[in-house]
Amino acid sequence: MNFQHRHVLGIKQFNAEELNFILDTAESFKEINTRNIKKVPTLRGKTIINLFFEASTRTRTSFEIAGKRLSADTVNISGSSSSVVKGETLEDTARNIESMNPDIIVMRHSASGSCNYLAERLKCSVVNAGDGTHEHPSQALLDAFTIRQHKGKIAGLKVAIIGDITHSRVVRSNINCLNKLGADVVIYGPKTMLSPGMEKLGCRVAANLSDALKDADVVMMLRIQLERQGKSLIPSLREYSRYFGLNETNLKLAKPDAIVMHPGPMNRGVEISTAVADGPQNVILDQVENGVAVRMALLYLAAGGEKMIED
Amino acid sequence: MAAETTEILDSTSVQRALTRIAHEILEHNKGTENLVLVGIRTGGDYLAAQLQQKIAEIEGVKVPLGTIDITMYRDDLGTRNDLAMGQTDIRFPLGDRRVVLVDDVLFTGRTIRAAMDALIDLGRPRNIQLAILIDRGHRELPIRPDYIGRNLPTARDEQIEVEFDLQHVPVGVSLLK
Repeated sequence: MNFQHRHVLGIKQFNAEELNFILDTAESFKEINTRNIKKVPTLRGKTIINLFFEASTRTRTSFEIAGKRLSADTVNISGSSSSVVKGETLEDTARNIESMNPDIIVMRHSASGSCNYLAERLKCSVVNAGDGTHEHPSQALLDAFTIRQHKGKIAGLKVAIIGDITHSRVVRSNINCLNKLGADVVIYGPKTMLSPGMEKLGCRVAANLSDALKDADVVMMLRIQLERQGKSLIPSLREYSRYFGLNETNLKLAKPDAIVMHPGPMNRGVEISTAVADGPQNVILDQVENGVAVRMALLYLAAGGEKMIED
Repeated sequence: MAAETTEILDSTSVQRALTRIAHEILEHNKGTENLVLVGIRTGGDYLAAQLQQKIAEIEGVKVPLGTIDITMYRDDLGTRNDLAMGQTDIRFPLGDRRVVLVDDVLFTGRTIRAAMDALIDLGRPRNIQLAILIDRGHRELPIRPDYIGRNLPTARDEQIEVEFDLQHVPVGVSLLK
């Protein structure tokens, strides 16, 4: 197929065929991560700048490793150590970086739509590593990849996503991605974290936690963002854990072979009990492992798709 | 689209060529010790499976068989339209093995260059040999096959097509003008 995207801004831009193509490409890259010599020359001579204005361990490391295993030169810039703290605008920062001729900028930013904004203004490819509460495409793709790995398919599965729906970019990308791949998505969370109209994204809002979990094939727990708005929207963490947390008892409502996912970082004892987080149904570390392969695929496709559009 | 198709080899001739190559591989390597076959996707992997079967018929030994996808090692990213990637599947260590790389058509040699780089990233074989069903000339790199099914001088704009049936058994080779 002809993959013609030089930017990866969100799941929204891809159709089902393209999403499956990305997952298939990631499947090929996965093998490299198990080799003794974990490097291929695919992106030799390309420069990738990881521009992270928000804290991140998993995503930034994952993108950096993905770039390095493809032989690209990767440079990391984090918000706290950059000129942003000196008052430079995002566009100026990006234009200055662009002057050093990178091929791909991977960006995380707290403003929704910031990646789209840059993509319209820069010559190089832009890959979204999470923008505000908008999209987090690489996370949704690695989730889909992990579901496919464990279930052999995505179409027809019931996927329950539970937690802070309103402030989650992961959930927006995931609903869109899983929908396009034919899954049946159900969401649930406290009313203060569940904006009205979410069903318009193509999911069902569950009546209660049991309704959400019942017969689910996949249970995806979201993080309560304790460092941000999390605390003010719920009475207490204990109460949250009691009514919205996943534990060994309520997990029994899901199918016996259901898998448990979490995009990380986990608040153990809040949205997920330690017994479940470490239990036999969890695939949380598989998600992290698959993240590298998926990001290798995205970097490769963005680099390869670029020239085709210019031609 | 090609206007003219000429059959170069029928299925019997392909089988004869492969049988001869199998014998040559065994003669050159003095048996099957440390011998492995690695086919280049797609086409070469099917031929490698045929060679494995023929070697088993002759020597009674099933030599290890792997497939390699060279997309990650290509030198033309950004100039080609097809970004699709297959999987490399080599489930044995390559260290100290005699590796016979198998492909259907040898043309510029760039695929073989990429395949050798890919192999060397996976281990350190004792040697790498090259088996080819059709050598059509026009090399751009100093690469020479060790086993050749048929030498076939071609014009640059012609195409060679090796056809396989649904069981991946070769059924013929055609020249498209």
